[in-house]
Parts: sequence; C-alpha cells; structure tokens
Amino acid sequence: MAEYQNVFTRVQVRGPTHMGPPLPRGSWNRLGTPIYSRLLGIFGDAQIGPIYLGLSGMASLVFGFIAIEIIGLNMWASVDWDPIQFVRQLPWLALEPPPPAYGLTLFPPLAQGGWWLMAGFFLTASILLWWVRMYRRATALGLGTHTAWAFASAIWLYLVLGFIRPILMGCWCEAVPFGIFPHLDWTAAFSIRYGNLFYNPFHMLSIAFLYGSAVLFAMHGATVLATSRFGGEREVEQIVDRGTAGERAALFWRWTMGFNATFESIHRWGWWFAVLVTLTGGVGILLTGTVVDNWYLWGVKHGIAPMYPHVFGTVVDPSTLGGAK
Amino acid sequence: MSPTLNLAIGGALIAAVAVAAVVLGTTERPPMDSIQRGYRGLAMSEIYNPRLLNETIADNKVPLSIPPLGNGGPKASAVYKNVQVLGDESVGNFTRLMASITNWVSPVQGCAYCHDVNNMAADTVYTKVVSRRMLQMVRHINADWKTHVAETGVTCYTCHRGQPVPAAIWFNNPGPLQAGGFAQIPAGKNHPTPVANNSSLPLDPFTPFLEHDENIRIEAEQALPGTDRQSIKQTDWTYSLMIHFSQSLGVNCTYCHNTRQFANWSESTPQRVTAWYGIRMVRDLNVSYLDPLQSAFPAGRLGPEGDSPKVNCATCHEGVYKPLFGVSMAKDFPELTTTH
Repeated sequence: MAEYQNVFTRVQVRGPTHMGPPLPRGSWNRLGTPIYSRLLGIFGDAQIGPIYLGLSGMASLVFGFIAIEIIGLNMWASVDWDPIQFVRQLPWLALEPPPPAYGLTLFPPLAQGGWWLMAGFFLTASILLWWVRMYRRATALGLGTHTAWAFASAIWLYLVLGFIRPILMGCWCEAVPFGIFPHLDWTAAFSIRYGNLFYNPFHMLSIAFLYGSAVLFAMHGATVLATSRFGGEREVEQIVDRGTAGERAALFWRWTMGFNATFESIHRWGWWFAVLVTLTGGVGILLTGTVVDNWYLWGVKHGIAPMYPHVFGTVVDPSTLGGAK
Repeated sequence: MSPTLNLAIGGALIAAVAVAAVVLGTTERPPMDSIQRGYRGLAMSEIYNPRLLNETIADNKVPLSIPPLGNGGPKASAVYKNVQVLGDESVGNFTRLMASITNWVSPVQGCAYCHDVNNMAADTVYTKVVSRRMLQMVRHINADWKTHVAETGVTCYTCHRGQPVPAAIWFNNPGPLQAGGFAQIPAGKNHPTPVANNSSLPLDPFTPFLEHDENIRIEAEQALPGTDRQSIKQTDWTYSLMIHFSQSLGVNCTYCHNTRQFANWSESTPQRVTAWYGIRMVRDLNVSYLDPLQSAFPAGRLGPEGDSPKVNCATCHEGVYKPLFGVSMAKDFPELTTTH
C-alpha cells in the first residue's frame, strides 16, 4: 500500500472539485472550470482553478503588462528591433534610470530615463495593487493578513531601492536598472561604490535572517515529514492538541540542541525570519550613501574591521608622490 | 508508466543535459593550482589551471635574438639616406635591428611590408611612417616609463608577436546600432562585452580612462557622506576597466587589491602601483603616439569612428601578469632604450 510519509511521495491527494466558499456580495466571479493535472499534483494540489482576479487583480495585471511592455520594447530597440539579437542578448539588455544630470526631475526626456520612470511607476502600481488583492483575498476567506504583511516587507526593500533612497540621495540615477545581468552588476557596483556592503550591520542582519530562514524551513519541513507517520503533518491539530508526533518532534530537538520551538511557535519563527530579511535589508540600503558613504571605513571607525599585517611592506598611493602625470 | 510521468522524466533529462552543457561549456575542471600572496585568511591568491599553463607558456616564448654585430664601422646615417631615428647607430646594429623588426612584425611579408624595395629610403609606404613613430614610442617607453616596464623594457615583439597588427588593439566604440527615436539612448553598456568578460558592463572603458583622463576613483575616502559625488553609474565604468585589467593579466582582483576595500592603498600589493603607472603610460602612448598617427593610416586600418588603433593592457600583456613572463628582450637591443 502506498504510504504518505516519504520525501518523494507517490500518493496524490485528489478530492472532489472544490469551488471555494461563497463570495461576499459585490465580488467578481471566480473564473474558469477546474481541471486536474497529474504532473502538478506531484508538486502540489492537482486541482487547477478556479481563479479569482477581481478589480485589484485585473488592474495589477494591466499595470504590470504596461511596465513589462515599456521595459521590453526599450530593450528590443537597443538591438535595433532585431528579434534574434533580442532573444540572444536578453539577459544583458536593460532599461536604465536617468543620468545623474537629471537629478530628481519628474519628467526627463523619454530617451533619457523617462521610460524608466514610467516603467517604475507602472510596476510599483502593479505590485501595490497585487498587495491589495492579497490582503483582500485573505480577509474574504476569513484569514489573518500575515501573507500580505510578509509581502509588504519585500515591497519595502523594493521601494527603498528604486524610490525612497533615490529621493533621499536627490537622484533617480541611484536607482536600479531594469535588466537581468545589469541589475546584478548594479548590486556589485553599489557595494564597491559604498565601500563594501559586508561591513553594513543591517546587511549582516539581513544575511543572517536569509540563511536562518533557509535553515528554519529545512528544520521544520524535515520535522513535519519525519513525524507524518504519527500524524505530524496535521500541524494545526498538533498545535491545539499535542499528540505523539508533536511530543517526539519536541523531544528530538530538545535532545539534539537543548531547546525546541513548539508546533505553533515554529511558524512565527519562520514568518519573522523571512520578514526580517527584507526589513533589515531595506534599512541597510536606506542608510547607504545617505548616512554612511563608506561602510569599510565606518567599520574601522567602530572597531568591527580587523587589521592584518601588511605582508607586502609599505604601499603608497602614487598620486600623492607628485612624480607621474 | 503514465504519459505525464514520461513527459516529466523527459523534461527533466533535457533540463539536465542543458544545465550540464552550460556548466561544462563555461567552466574549467578542477583541480586548480592556487598561489597564496596576501596574509592568510584574506583569499588573496592567484588561481591557475595547470592544464592550460603549458599552452600559455608556449604562446609567450621569446624568440632568439640575432647576435650583436659590434659597434664599429660607419654610422647608419652616413651610409643610408633618410634615417631619422636610428641615424646614430652603427650600420651593423642598424641592419641587425631592421632584420629583427622584420622577424618581429612582418616575418611573412618581409622588408616590403614597410619599404619600397626599389628605394628603401622612400617614405611612400604608410607602414614605414608608422613604424618610425613606433620606434620612437618604444624608446620613450624604455627610457621614460621605467615606473611601469622597469629594466625589462619592451621591444616591437612585446606587442606584435610576429603579426603586422598586434592581436589586442582597440577603437572608440559607441556600441551596437540602436533604434533611436523615442527609445532610450545608448548607455554604452547592457550588451555582452568581451572587454569585460562578456558581462553587461560598459563596453568601451578605454576611451574615458586610457585615452581621456576621466576619474577612475569612485569610493568615498571617509566614512560619512559629504565628500564623494561619484555615482553608481560611474562605478560601472571603473568596474569594467578593472575587469579588463584582470583579463589582460590573467589574474584576480586580489593581484593588486585587498578586495575588502579596493580603494585602500596601504593594504594593496606593490603591483597596484605598477598598474597605476601603467594606466598613465598607456594614456600617454595613445594620446602622444597613436592618436596623431590617424592621418598616416589608410581608412581600412581605422576604427568605425575613424580613429587610430590604440593600445590597452592586453596589447602587451596578452593574458600574462608580465608580458612574455618577464623575459627581457630589450636588454639585447640597447638602441631601443637609449635616446642618443
């Protein structure tokens, strides 16, 4: 008999088609007749649809589509409308923010960052509308709004990078370009320009929460799978009425590391670690250039950057010697 | 097995092959040799692939120098006409150098690559005019840029390597053709660029830094804001130039920098000082020697913007930390160093 207790399960849970609870009055209809996919059932629920878009969802998709169009068409123009080069060079192409000379000008020429501002406006509107949709879908189902607030933490980092920090710096040019490799190069250049982000304590916190999230997720996932033979996957039940699954999981962690979270608290651990990644990261970005201009020198000043022996002897900046041109 | 499972396994296999192709096609297999240079724990080390090193060494072998013919005899200017640079050399030395230049620059094409063989003194072939200026340039490098080339010096071979045109030259590059109109103007980057390791970084970091004298330093020199107005966009240009250094010399960033703070000189290696003079030297050569030759070159030798071919780090270094692994050819040719 198939068992539902391994890392790779052969069991596919498939109930009768579920349309969801009735919607409040004034809502749009859920769209689509549900279908079943065995392949997707391997990863999640085999039932696909119905989907509820609503006003905020539709508006979000439209705004997002406009943003992607602006970005994509500018990328395509940058290879002179060559479709083959567009596909080949896609990871390298980008839509750049305005040059430094334009500062915080709201309407620079379209060709000089105007498109970037428009794309940024539509993308931001799209993301915020998706947040509204997430919040309202949660309340419509009678849920708490934890997912929306976790998403808001990610939006905070996005807004700091592309909106809040550039405004504080007085220049849209400080913002991130839209592009696959270019935004990664921007990240590296950002760290180089501001004296090595590794010495930024909020960057340290963000990394700790990021790696911590991964560890917690692995620990919790492993714990639930390992106790599922005792009903551990019925987590909500274990929270309010701890059975042998929860007892064994708690004992396991108490024996291996002296402390255990509870079936309830582990979810708060996970939620806070994930939320704090972008929350602290956003603070770190916000302070960079506005409050601290060189994180390494800041680290030296505050005793967090160790000094190493100069094994190459004395090396002096030749520009201070006045010899060469 | 069900059709969907077949599909899933098939898809996974195709994805695995694609990933393997990318991984194997863009990386080199271990083991690598690593050479620690900086203090322990700083990751200041050079990584070499021992399987590729033999090829690099073979590519950078120095040719044998023609034995010296002695300083006796009449001067070249007394025997030959129109000897503007090497007139003070003995005829023997002069002939030896001419034969060496042929070996170094045009071994296939021979003397006729630069000379009208019916009248060797004539300046009718453009390459003769260019090579005269190049001789002056080599003397200038060896005599006045010891801060970069030390006593090792350079000869024609350092760059030419048996080719009339050195392998690594560059032209002003505004980037590929773009649609124009209302679309964003070219940013000088965001296309795959071989000069910066196929990244999307600026595709011509040479014009601003190795021809013009733009500011390379972008990091703030104090912890708090107020002194440094350099933008992240400018940082991209410096970044691209530095990747060119790394590629041209076949070294990591840590060959010159303690990368925890690129700007800090006291934690850098002495090679960074040599490189600093190298930037000034290359800029000097481009501005004083190569740009003015623009009118001497035929159109086919000029860049898309109509500018002279120019030099950068790779022109001499060819992927090696010291050109030709530091073997001095110039010591066999004192006439390429002394300016009489």
